[in-house]
Amino acid sequence: MKNLTVEEVSFPHQRYVLIKLTDQQPLPDILPGQFVEVKVDGAPNTFLRRPISVNYVDRNKNQLWLLIQLVGEGTRTLAKLTPGDCLNVVFPLGNGFSMPTDTNCDILLVGGGVGVAPLLYYGEQLKDKGFKPFFLLGARTKNDLLQIPLFQQFGEVFITTEDGSMGEKGFVTNHSVLGKKAFSHIACCGPKPMMMSVARYALANNIPCQVSLENMMACGLGACLCCVEKTVKGNVCVCKEGPVFDIRQLTWEL
Amino acid sequence: MSNLNIKIGDLQLKNPVMTASGTFGYGLEYADFVNLSDIGAIIVKGTTLHHREGNDYPRMAETPSGMLNCVGLQNKGVDYFCNNIYPQVKDIDTNVIVNVSGSTPEDYAECAARIDRLEKIPAIELNISCPNVKDGGMAFGVTRKGAAEVVRAVRARYHKTLIVKLSPNVTDITEIAKAVEDEGADAVSLINTLMGMAIDIERRKPVLSIKTGGLSGPAIKPVAVRMVWQVARAVRIPVIGLGGIMNAKDAIEFFMAGASAIQIGTANFIDPTVSVKVRDGINQWLDQHKVSSLSEIIGTVD
Ligand SMILES: Cc1cc2nc3c(=O)[nH]c(=O)nc-3n(C[C@H](O)[C@H](O)[C@H](O)COP(=O)(O)OP(=O)(O)OC[C@H]3O[C@@H](n4cnc5c(N)ncnc54)[C@H](O)[C@@H]3O)c2cc1C
Ligand SMILES: Cc1cc2nc3c(=O)[nH]c(=O)nc-3n(C[C@H](O)[C@H](O)[C@H](O)COP(=O)(O)O)c2cc1C
Ligand code: FES
Repeated sequence: MKNLTVEEVSFPHQRYVLIKLTDQQPLPDILPGQFVEVKVDGAPNTFLRRPISVNYVDRNKNQLWLLIQLVGEGTRTLAKLTPGDCLNVVFPLGNGFSMPTDTNCDILLVGGGVGVAPLLYYGEQLKDKGFKPFFLLGARTKNDLLQIPLFQQFGEVFITTEDGSMGEKGFVTNHSVLGKKAFSHIACCGPKPMMMSVARYALANNIPCQVSLENMMACGLGACLCCVEKTVKGNVCVCKEGPVFDIRQLTWEL
Repeated sequence: MSNLNIKIGDLQLKNPVMTASGTFGYGLEYADFVNLSDIGAIIVKGTTLHHREGNDYPRMAETPSGMLNCVGLQNKGVDYFCNNIYPQVKDIDTNVIVNVSGSTPEDYAECAARIDRLEKIPAIELNISCPNVKDGGMAFGVTRKGAAEVVRAVRARYHKTLIVKLSPNVTDITEIAKAVEDEGADAVSLINTLMGMAIDIERRKPVLSIKTGGLSGPAIKPVAVRMVWQVARAVRIPVIGLGGIMNAKDAIEFFMAGASAIQIGTANFIDPTVSVKVRDGINQWLDQHKVSSLSEIIGTVD
């Protein structure tokens, strides 16, 4: 548990806030796909911490980024933070995405909505380790697409929007690149229906696929057993054994 | 520094702060945050004779100043505890207490008997008050007869300190407390969660998978203080108080109401170091008020 200092607060879109935090000491090792549990002060009805993915770690500036969609009182209160404020976080939590072994393989990272958040850091880490990540990012409209130029630094970006205002029209699973390129790994984070259709595609094409789940959490430490997901091993804690799971571990009806 | 030592049955506590069952895992989950040996006792997850998968997700809902849960006693069973968890917790330099649940008095007794053999477990806490499973003991905990029956069965086969955890979901909690005292309980702990419910108005459905759940957190504190106060007056055995304790001031309220020790539950989720902060805060308060021993304030409110 640490108090981090808010360095920068920006609004890439009216429904999202990007908060950059710094630490007095060097940030600990953080794996892509891990998350933090944020304490929200000044929101009377927000009692528990809020789990938020690590969006990016800027080692040069010793900064941790959180990209947050404003959905309720907790997240809206976080959006009111200003530089110099203090944010109490428990981190890094969870298992994170796994790194493939063969750097020659083509890895596709699929994100929808705020689910793109952990993929930026994952993409950077993949590139840093010599992999060539591809991104397939989906949103409702052009305005809902986040951090596209940043993603482009780390790999080729494919886009779908539901209204066709940018990239191909439709859902991520409708994108033509899926028919053209043979990916060897897929990682996906987004709304559950999207992750399910990506998982269905991966399964049908025999591609290993990881998904990052967002079950409701209380402790974030594997202590309360509130956040469980049914797996082939029984109920397991998403906060501890996840949030990233290989789809073959899950019992989703695909 | 005031004297924080407390004795409950044969259990010697270096300080009166315990962590509540189901909220602190096996303690190990919190080892990165606190020095576990600074805690008076760690009460580990609810353990049953056989493996239990627990209830379906969703198992929690945030509510004003608290939360509902319906975990439903997910655990791998007592033998798994003895073989796999016990070796990891037995060298923690504090009291590790196992919280025991069951669906029949025989289950409870058998589970307790297997834990009796574990040298480094000085006590058990019988959960006769879980609201989240049909057969989770609450049926026992809500009648004098049921409570007495379970405690009698366990007492016959468990020889160390026996704490019985009471349900607040009753008309008169002192009746139940007296019944378990008569059967040989060494202490009572209260309260377990209050049965509650939350509805998702957009889906027009209950939030929790099994519809109802147990309410915990500051929302229940006044109810807990009242019940501790009532029970402390009704029984001679020590009372362990819990329910919504977030800080040392809350803990002092429970001591004044008659608790000899306290447990911290839901607060661990918000601040994983809270147990040690509460211990330090109790010390500070006693120092500031020139109280040399915790026992001087226990049950001082009439
Ligand atoms: C591992 C993980 C990583 C996440 N990463 C991000 C991220 O990078 N960016 C982002 O914007 N959101 C992320 N979320 C979701 C985020 O935690 C919720 O949107 C947030 O907690 C909502 O809080 P609120 O008070 O604004 O809304 P509330 O009014 O409390 O709730 C609105 C909705 O948010 C969800 N939610 C509320 N509380 C929790 C909780 N304790 N755990 C999980 N979901 C909850 C529920 O679906 C709820 O219906 C993540 C969730 C998890 C579990
Ligand atoms: C997620 C969760 C799981 C719990 N599991 C158990 C349990 O297994 N056995 C038990 O006796 N009490 C269990 N409880 C109840 C707590 O130990 C405690 O009695 C209750 O939460 C009130 O205290 P609090 O307000 O400090 O949390 C659980 C509570 C929560 C929130
Ligand atoms: S949130 Fe408590 S176990 Fe996952």
